[in-house]
Amino acid sequence: MNAPAPEPLLRLRGLDTGIGPRGPLILYGVDLDLAPGEVLGVVGESGSGKSMLALSLMGLLPQPVAVRAGQAWWGERDLFTLRPAQRRALRGGEMAMIFQEPMSSLNPVMRVSQQLGEVLRWHRGLQGAPARAESLRLLERVEMPDPPRQLDSYPHELSGGMRQRVMIAMALAGRPRLLVADEPTTALDVTIQAQILELLRRIQRDEGMAVLLITHDLGVIAQMCDRVAVMYAGRIVEHGSALDLFDRPTHPYTQGLLASRPRLSAGAGWLTTIEGTVPAVGQLPPGCAFAPRCAQAGDDCAQVPALAPCGPGHWAACVAPQRPRPAQGPHR
Amino acid sequence: MKPPPLIEARGLRKHFQRPRRFLAPAAPPLRAVDGVDLHIDAGETLGLVGESGCGKSTTGRLLLRLIEPTAGTLLHHGQDITRLGTSQMRQKRRAMQIIFQDPYGSLNPRMRVDELIGEPLVVHRVGDAAQRAARVRQLLDLVRLPANAVERYPHEFSGGQRQRIGIARALALEPEFVVADEAVSALDVSVQAQVINLMRELQRELKLTYLFISHNLAVVRNISDRVAVMYLGRVVEVAPADVLFAAPRHPYTRALLDALPGDHPSQRRAHVAVRGDLAQSSGSDAGCRFAVRCPHAQPRCLAAPPPLSAVDGRHQVACIRVADGSLPPSPHHAPDTT
Repeated sequence: MNAPAPEPLLRLRGLDTGIGPRGPLILYGVDLDLAPGEVLGVVGESGSGKSMLALSLMGLLPQPVAVRAGQAWWGERDLFTLRPAQRRALRGGEMAMIFQEPMSSLNPVMRVSQQLGEVLRWHRGLQGAPARAESLRLLERVEMPDPPRQLDSYPHELSGGMRQRVMIAMALAGRPRLLVADEPTTALDVTIQAQILELLRRIQRDEGMAVLLITHDLGVIAQMCDRVAVMYAGRIVEHGSALDLFDRPTHPYTQGLLASRPRLSAGAGWLTTIEGTVPAVGQLPPGCAFAPRCAQAGDDCAQVPALAPCGPGHWAACVAPQRPRPAQGPHR
Repeated sequence: MKPPPLIEARGLRKHFQRPRRFLAPAAPPLRAVDGVDLHIDAGETLGLVGESGCGKSTTGRLLLRLIEPTAGTLLHHGQDITRLGTSQMRQKRRAMQIIFQDPYGSLNPRMRVDELIGEPLVVHRVGDAAQRAARVRQLLDLVRLPANAVERYPHEFSGGQRQRIGIARALALEPEFVVADEAVSALDVSVQAQVINLMRELQRELKLTYLFISHNLAVVRNISDRVAVMYLGRVVEVAPADVLFAAPRHPYTRALLDALPGDHPSQRRAHVAVRGDLAQSSGSDAGCRFAVRCPHAQPRCLAAPPPLSAVDGRHQVACIRVADGSLPPSPHHAPDTT
């Protein structure tokens, strides 16, 4: 017998996020489960809605974008019905977030010690010497070179990699159970990216923290994730384990994404492409939003396809795999 | 006899003077490019890779003389163009063009597409209005944009289409040499593949020579015949693309390849090959600039800048330990080609 699946840390159901109360939707009915200690990747191109998904969960959507429908169960509580004060108590505490460009999320006129101290005071009630000691411990935890010195630095005195380490230290200060990381290494050079990814993976394992990793980079997905959700035009189009996704991609969009990336192991040669471009928000074609770019599109794509199982723990929102196979006639 | 390379740089340097602080002694200049030797043969693509701040974009601009070198020589078909005057250089420049990373920032938003693509023709007084209009239509066709694009403005296009406009503009004067500076870096994967394929087709049709500058090693591997790796203003390794990726020799190139995430979850990297970052290396101007981060460094590495020397045919490496044979090739670098 299998052990019962652990209670999910987060259960997202039917999330619609849109522009204003009546404007176009950005996310359409997104469902997502996140288990404790799991690394879930959300991959998609610009305009797929992956960042808006993260910001919806964190309650950080930019005006006038707002959650219009759905529930996000965090234990017994629905995040979307919490009062702002309750939401603030969670954010930076049990749920933390790091961004692509740490410079724009750090306060440029506050020393690292003050920014870390703020989180420690707010979420852990630490002040003075204990706060400073804990700040030092956190900077050591994120493998900051020369922590005592960096504690008194301003953000502009740090390199991009060191700034991202400060962001991670601030996220860890609240002892989060979920870390939402939105393109955390996209602005960094590859050698620094490798250091930060390794750090995130190690901290995630040591603390048993769940990570929701938003990225456009399938290499980062391959390196980091247990499970992956692929987004296209505001919907999850495929969802499964990282291995399923790389070995048995089922949605034509996932297949196209995997085929169109230049690979180190492939050398020179023509790249497979997906023709056309991602549709803009509010200008989605009727039916399956990918159909106009899809080589396998047919008359049955006029309805938006629901996510359907295509293997154990593997779902795809496409009718093509469910079509009856054409009878094998004799080939001439 | 082998013709001279289309473009060749010898001992190219670009030092930027840092602003002087009040009452402080003058700071030493920033050596953005510090003695680069490179050549690009007609019809080939040289990939130029390195991390931010390594001087790869500055090198691209120096090769076009968009900025003036502090020292060094620049040869175009064997002719020294380092000291050509403005009007002569202007003629040369018709043959040398550049495509930028940001198709949003490099196209004037108030100009229509026909004005944008036709502008180089106007500047260089090519043909009359009707001939220029015909050429613009031809260029749009060349980059696979519809003819009705002419009367639209850049904001009406997607990122990939805007980059096609940038390419058409660069090709207007029929250049032989094009510097592509992070030309596909801002594009999504599926669109990036379209633009890379287009650049390869154009190269074949128009016999173009490319300097392809990028931080993305997988893209560079796909498009380049040869690859040069830069670190803090110097070229540390040059080799045919297949050789460089299968058997990198310089410790920095190895670290760079080791740092890349794999193509598949089964290829996860277990450890990080190099610690520290560029900022920690700037003090070592005397010797090898990578030495302070290099796991194989010895005291002698700090004595003098290592020269770029051939290890094997067209494979050159700037590392004294590779040169004297004390640092053998690492075996784990033959990537599987399944």
